[in-house]
Amino acid sequence: MAKVIEGLYYAESHEYVKVEGEFGYIGITDYAQNALGNIVYVDMPDTDDEVEAGEDFGAVESVKAASDLTSPVSGTVVEVNEALEDTPEIINQDAFANWIIKVELSDKTELDNLMDAAAYAEFCEKEAH
Amino acid sequence: MNNKLYGNLIFELSHPGRKGYSLPDNKFGDYEVPAEMRRENDAQLPECDEMTVVRHYTNHSGNNFGVDNGFYPLGSCTMKYNPAINEEIPGMADFRDIHPLQPVDTVKGCLDVCAGLRKALSEIAGLADFTLNPFAGAHGELTGLMVIRRYHESRGDEKRTKVIVPNSAHGTNPASAAVCGLEIVEVKSTADGVVDVDDLRGLLDDTIAAVMMTNPNTLGLFERNIPEIAKLVHECGALMYYDGANLNPMLGACRPGDMGFDVMHINLHKTFSTPHGGGGPGSGPVGVRKGLEQFLPDNEHDSTLSVSPYHGNFGVILKAYTYILSLGKEYIKYVGPLATLNANYIKESLKDVYELPIAGLCKHEFVFNGLADKSTGITTMDVAKRLLDYGYHAPTIYFPLLFHEAMMIEPTESESKVTIDGFIEVMRKIAEEAKNEPELLKSAPHNTPIGRVDDVLAAKHPVVTYKSMLND
Amino acid sequence: MLDIVGVGSLDELYSDVPEEIRFKKEYDLPEAMSEMEVRRFFEALGNENKRLVCFAGAGVYDHYTPAVVGRIVQRSEFLTSYTPYQAEISQGTLHYIFEYQSMMAELTSMDISNASMYDGSTATAEAMMMAVAAGKKCDTVLVSETVDKKVLTVVKTYAKFHGVNIVMVKENDGITYKADFQEKIAQKGVAGVIVQQPNRYGIVEDYAGYADAAHDNKALMIMNGVAADYAVLKTPAEWGADIAVGDGQSLGVPMMFGGPYVGYMCCTEKLIRKMPGRIVGMTEDSRGQRAFVLTLQAREQHIRRQKATSNICSNQSLMALFVTVYMAVMGKKGVKEAGELSYAGAHYMMDKLVETGHFKPTFQKPFFNEFCVEYDGDVDVLQKKFVDNGFLGGVKMGDHTIMFAVTEQRSKEEIDNLIKLI
Repeated sequence: MAKVIEGLYYAESHEYVKVEGEFGYIGITDYAQNALGNIVYVDMPDTDDEVEAGEDFGAVESVKAASDLTSPVSGTVVEVNEALEDTPEIINQDAFANWIIKVELSDKTELDNLMDAAAYAEFCEKEAH
Repeated sequence: MNNKLYGNLIFELSHPGRKGYSLPDNKFGDYEVPAEMRRENDAQLPECDEMTVVRHYTNHSGNNFGVDNGFYPLGSCTMKYNPAINEEIPGMADFRDIHPLQPVDTVKGCLDVCAGLRKALSEIAGLADFTLNPFAGAHGELTGLMVIRRYHESRGDEKRTKVIVPNSAHGTNPASAAVCGLEIVEVKSTADGVVDVDDLRGLLDDTIAAVMMTNPNTLGLFERNIPEIAKLVHECGALMYYDGANLNPMLGACRPGDMGFDVMHINLHKTFSTPHGGGGPGSGPVGVRKGLEQFLPDNEHDSTLSVSPYHGNFGVILKAYTYILSLGKEYIKYVGPLATLNANYIKESLKDVYELPIAGLCKHEFVFNGLADKSTGITTMDVAKRLLDYGYHAPTIYFPLLFHEAMMIEPTESESKVTIDGFIEVMRKIAEEAKNEPELLKSAPHNTPIGRVDDVLAAKHPVVTYKSMLND
Repeated sequence: MLDIVGVGSLDELYSDVPEEIRFKKEYDLPEAMSEMEVRRFFEALGNENKRLVCFAGAGVYDHYTPAVVGRIVQRSEFLTSYTPYQAEISQGTLHYIFEYQSMMAELTSMDISNASMYDGSTATAEAMMMAVAAGKKCDTVLVSETVDKKVLTVVKTYAKFHGVNIVMVKENDGITYKADFQEKIAQKGVAGVIVQQPNRYGIVEDYAGYADAAHDNKALMIMNGVAADYAVLKTPAEWGADIAVGDGQSLGVPMMFGGPYVGYMCCTEKLIRKMPGRIVGMTEDSRGQRAFVLTLQAREQHIRRQKATSNICSNQSLMALFVTVYMAVMGKKGVKEAGELSYAGAHYMMDKLVETGHFKPTFQKPFFNEFCVEYDGDVDVLQKKFVDNGFLGGVKMGDHTIMFAVTEQRSKEEIDNLIKLI
């Protein structure tokens, strides 16, 4: 059973947003890392790039699969997780601790369109069947 | 072979000053390449004598498996036998040493070969004409989609920007459409594995440029509703594209043109027995029905567009023509039925131990969804790797994506009953091993030059040249 | 077999095919031929061709193929295998592709090479799409007018359908017009520039400053070139190119009326995941041995489908083996010596042509083994005379312009004999 953490916002494309003040940390969920298998590469944007809710901002690759990263929120990238450049596998170890980008949120109301932990857990349950 | 002696890279066999070539002396006088034109350092290519080179590659060829080594039931790839005479014809100096820009009256033989093959392919496909220019199947798909876009463009119908492909389609179909600037719409398959006509009906409108299909489809099933599908597609103003990857079982049975297809490509390296060469060169001629010839991008049709500068892979074209002439009208018609018989025979002989998700007649290939007994934990990958131990190439695995443990088997018409029975026996034996000695399968292969490779390491930390290996 | 399948005849295997679309007629094809008849048939067709002593190039060069190359590429373990999906029984193919990648990277002095592509023209078109994919929200690619016209038509064809805007950089006296390039590269939305070396007139251009200008504008520099020439000439990496593409035919591949050849594509390490086509990487097997495997497959069409960087799903593997064995046997010194001989022969020929009093160089520019000359008579009549005497006397480039190419296969005697016809 994949791990789901309370207090985060979740998208149907299996990204999460952890909000701290005006910033959001975006990563992929434990369910997503599990489905992808051994992650070998994370394609990340540059800082100062704009991301838009529902738009791709990068991709996560395993040996035999690739999954686009869809941003759940809009904003400006203020930091990318540089550790992922050399050790992308840390997402497999702990997807929630190892976020991918940090974004300055431009519209916090977008968070209302996302799922909470309970709704997401249910969503995953359905998807697995 | 002895990996210790012969497992080196050619670079590791290099000795400064060794020489494997001979060139004439410079008799032209003192013409020196000026320093400002020159590269700074020499390319660090190996320095080896000829025998070292020969032994190196000869021994490495022993680490390979081709159709000439044994049964190669790789689904969707049509690994039929490549007759020896095919290889001799392009070796003739009168074809080999011809520059593509020679005057027309000095290349009549070459042009006759091209014309002859185009005529034969048109007859076999039930279409009006072909261009031989595309270099491979995927290149043919792209070319065919260009033809379709040009057709709509010529009618001023600019809004047709989408292509419908079945969810079971080869990965190249959507990729070719995207390269051609078209959007993809997926049509569902029914529970019995064919295109869902009702779903298709709902997708058809005036934004659809074409429907791309392969028939039989990637499950090896004949799309029996094809006349109705073609009618619906044409009524909506779109064209039908035939992915010729699965043409082999249709020889002698059914022609794409007669099924209602307007544009198609043929993989000469599949249906017409030119060798796959470890991944190429192939050849992907594109054919069209009457009325679309002017959109073919080559010098004889629409010379404003081009997908290749000359006449495609002429050497491959020669081989395919050799095959067609060798078989002739008398034997080509048996290719499809015999390939189909072989596939059905394997399917029926193994369906009690491997899960057959869709029962009934198949064409040239079929798909098992792993072992029937799911309790063993043995995956399709394990079965494939164990097959290598027994001296067979593995089937295509994990494609199509409709089944989790897909194993796609295509025997081709080349194989005898004796070979096929041997394969069936081994597949049954592996099913037994799965129950009794699962570890043997999970750690397979055991009898191959190398064991299972660490592809995570390769992707995470790419080392793709000798230079980067040294710096590693 | 029919019993096990549960049908009464071969015909019944097609009972699922609607009757109205079954093919019931006889194919309108020739009757089957025996092997001897096939051979005679093609010998007769071959006699309809005329083999000529080749002084033409324009992208296809008559270099010598050492005997050992043919011997290796005919080994059926290589010839009759498919793409090396099953690494355990495909080390032969994977091994030579790794060597091919290493050699092409050496020749171009770029970081990375893919496993090869169809040919030089399509590789250039792929490089164009790669530049657009790598550049963010850029849809324009500049192409110099000194790029070969046949390559240009292929690039333009791909661009038209892929939605790439091609802007031509003007030529001036046979070379790329630098001021025009500098102006156009600075415009918005430019993802890259394609130049050619040696260019379509055989001129070795000076591309100093091009890469910097491209990079200052966040665009990529793509250099198309004749592979073998880089054994001698300044390399794409030395010019600062991000992507090097072109045809490998010059590395001993027979002319074969236009194909099969082999396209090469090399790039900087930074661009590796944007590169189309197959790539072989080094790894280990379960027994701890060095092993090779197809890698970085997540870029490719069978996984990314419509989001892949390209639709290419094969490489030109056997032709890659061809040039690998060629480079292995010619080695570090041989490829260079063949280039230097070609250079010497071409410059000797230019001098001899000028000496006749009927020719003068079209451009006063440096060239390698191919050059344009102006003829004071009728080019068609002269070229016909060449053919009648067994020579392919260059490629007509204009009413009075002929382009000649010389490789190490052309002897002094052959050149002198051609000159005598003028």
